[in-house]
Amino acid sequence: MSTTPISPPIIAIEGIRKTYRTGSLEFEALCGIDTTIREGEYVAVVGPSGSGKSTLMNILGCLDNPTVGGYHLAGEDVSTMSEAQLAEVRNRRIGFVFQQFNLLAGLPAWRNVELPLVYAGLPRHERRDRAVAALERVGLGDRTENRPGELSGGQQQRVAVARALVTEPAMILADEPTGNLDSRSTADVLDLLDALHDAGRTIVLITHEKDVAARAGRNLVISDGRIVSDTPAVRAGAPA
Amino acid sequence: MNWIETLRAGAEAVRAHRMRSLLTMLGIVIGIASVILTVGFGQGAQQQVRDEIDALGSNLLIVSPGSATDSGGLRGGFGSATTLTLEDATAIADDTAAPDVRRVAPTTSSSVSLAAGETNWTTSLVGTTTSWADVRARTLTSGRFFTADEIASGAHVAVLGPDTASELFAVGSPVGRTVTVAGQQLTVIGVLDSSGASDSGSSEDDQAILPISTAKALTGATSGSVSTIYVEATSQETLSAAYQEVESLLATRHRVTAAEADFGISTQESLVETANSTNKTLTVLLTGIAAISLLVGGVGVMNIMLVSVTERIREIGLRKALGATPRVIGRQFLVEASMLGLVGGVVGLLVGVVGSWVLPPLIDQPITLSALAVGAALLTSLGLGVGFGVYPASRAARLTPIDALRSE
Ligand SMILES: Nc1ncnc2c1ncn2[C@@H]1O[C@H](COP(=O)(O)OP(=O)(O)OP(=O)(O)O)[C@@H](O)[C@H]1O
Ligand SMILES: [Mg+2]
Repeated sequence: MSTTPISPPIIAIEGIRKTYRTGSLEFEALCGIDTTIREGEYVAVVGPSGSGKSTLMNILGCLDNPTVGGYHLAGEDVSTMSEAQLAEVRNRRIGFVFQQFNLLAGLPAWRNVELPLVYAGLPRHERRDRAVAALERVGLGDRTENRPGELSGGQQQRVAVARALVTEPAMILADEPTGNLDSRSTADVLDLLDALHDAGRTIVLITHEKDVAARAGRNLVISDGRIVSDTPAVRAGAPA
Repeated sequence: MNWIETLRAGAEAVRAHRMRSLLTMLGIVIGIASVILTVGFGQGAQQQVRDEIDALGSNLLIVSPGSATDSGGLRGGFGSATTLTLEDATAIADDTAAPDVRRVAPTTSSSVSLAAGETNWTTSLVGTTTSWADVRARTLTSGRFFTADEIASGAHVAVLGPDTASELFAVGSPVGRTVTVAGQQLTVIGVLDSSGASDSGSSEDDQAILPISTAKALTGATSGSVSTIYVEATSQETLSAAYQEVESLLATRHRVTAAEADFGISTQESLVETANSTNKTLTVLLTGIAAISLLVGGVGVMNIMLVSVTERIREIGLRKALGATPRVIGRQFLVEASMLGLVGGVVGLLVGVVGSWVLPPLIDQPITLSALAVGAALLTSLGLGVGFGVYPASRAARLTPIDALRSE
C-alpha cells in the first residue's frame, strides 16, 4: 500500500516566495520554499499560526500565484499557465477540503458533490450517479437530498470530502479540515483521508493537532515562511 | 459547462431570489409595456387619421379661413376667422374661372342642442348646399337630401348623421319626424350612411345637415361668411390644377398675394401630414419617456447583478476552485442578467397587450400593436439584460479564486 521513494513527484516547488502588499507595507509570508512531494505520499504541514501554511497550500492548489518561484504539478509547469488553464488543472488533479466546508447552502448534498463534474463537462445522469456513489463512500448514501443546513458539521465536512474525491483526483489538499469538528467527526474525516491514502491518493493536509499530524507519513514544519523541519511522522508507514 | 446547463443554472439563480428578481424585472416590465403602448398609441392615431381623412371623399380640397402660413389649414381652426364667404364659393363653382373644379360645398358649422320629444342631444349643425353629399362622398340610408328650392325658401328640414339619428330616435325611422332646434321645429328628411371612418363616435357620423339658409337663420348668423368650403376636383389628376385655380381665384377676390393669403387650402395628403406630425411629436415624446424608463430598468438589472456578484463572492471562489473558468463564471452571470431582462420583457409585453385591449375605450384612442414593435421590445429587453449584465459578469469572471474564497 505505502509509497516507495521511486514514485514520481507530483509536486515540485523551487524557491517559492510570496510577498503580500498592504498599502505601502510589504510582508513576506513565504521566504523561499523548496520541496518535492511524491505520488501517494501523505504529508502534514504543521507550524505556528501565521507561519504561512495556508499561503503555501493556496499556491500548491493553484488558487494563488507565488511572487517568485517555480511549480511543477504532475510534470506540468503551472507557474506560466493562464487562469483558464489553471481552472482546468484544479478540476482534473486536485480535490479541496476547506476548514469552512464551503458548501453551497442552496443545493442538496449530491448537487454540491457533482459541481466539479459539471465543470469537467460530464453529462447530467453520469454526474448524479457518481455524486451519489461518492456520498455512499463517505457514509452519507441516505443524505443525498439534504441541504447543508440540514446536516451536522461532521456530515457537511464528509460531503466536502465526497466532493473532493468525486473526480478521482491524484491529490487531495485539505487546509485544517478538522479545525471546526469535534473529536468524533474528526476521527470520521481522518479515517476517510486514510482510506483515500490507502487507495493511492496523495494527501497534503494542514493541521494544528499533534495526533492528526501523527497519522501522516511525513511532517513538514513551517515557521516564519520557511521549512524548518521535514521528517517522517512518528507513526509507522512512512517512506523508507 | 454547456449552454443548457448554463441556462438551467441561470434560471435556478433567478428563482432562488424570487422577490428580488421580480422587483428587478419590474423596471423592465414597466419600460417595455410603456414603449409598446406608446408606439401602439402613435400607430393607432395615425391609422385613425388616415381612415377619417380617406372618408372625407376623394379629389377633395378643403378651403378654410386663416393665414396661408398655416399650411395644414387646421391650426387656424374651422370658423375661427371669417374671411370666406358664400360668394367665394359661388365664384369657385364657376366653370370658366375654375375649370378643374366639379362641385363646391360651402359649409357653416356650429354646436347646437337638438330635441326629439324628451330626448336631447348636442351635436354640430352644418349648413350647406345641395352638392355637399356628392362632394363629401356621402350617401343616405333612408330619405333624401334637401333640394335647391328648400335652400332658397329656407325650409325647416334636416338630414341627420347615423349616430345623431340613433341618439334622438331609439326606435322607428326618423324620416318624417320632428326635431326641435332653438325653439324651431325641423322635419327630418333623410339619414346619412356611416362615413366609414374606423372608430365609432367620429364627428362625421354625428351631425345635422341643414340648408345653409336655414342654418344661418337658426343660429342667428347675419354675415355671409362660411367656415369651410369643400371643393371637389374633376379627378385625382386635376387636383393640383384645381388647387391653383382656387388659390389664385380667392387671392384675386380677397386682393392679397398668395404669400399673404387669408385662407388656407389643404388636401387629404396635407391633412394626414399635419395630423400625423402632431401625433408624431406626441408619440416621440412619450416613447422617449418610455425609453428612459427602460434604461432605468436596465440600470436596475445592473445594480442587482453587482449586488449578486458581491453577495455570492464566496460561491464564485468555490466554483473557480472546483474548476470553473473565468469564461464559465462570466457566462453564468450574463445569462442570469439576460434572463431578468428577457422575462421582464415578456411580462412587459403581456402587460402591453392587455393594456392595448383595456385602454382604448377608456382613453377613446385606438392602440395598434405591430409585430415589429413586439419583436423590437423583446430584443430590446434581451439586449438590456445582456448590455447591463456585461460589467457585473466581467467583474465576477475577473475575481481571483483566492480573493473570492477568502472574502467574508
Ligand atoms: N491577503 C493577505 N494580505 C496580507 N497579508 C496576508 C494575507 N494573507 C495572509 N497574510 C499574512 O501572511 C502570513 C501567513 O498567513 P497564513 O494564512 O499563510 O498563515 P497560517 O500559517 O495559515 O496561519 P493559521 O494557522 O492561523 O491558519 C500571516 O502573517 C498573514 O497575516
Ligand atoms: Mg491557515
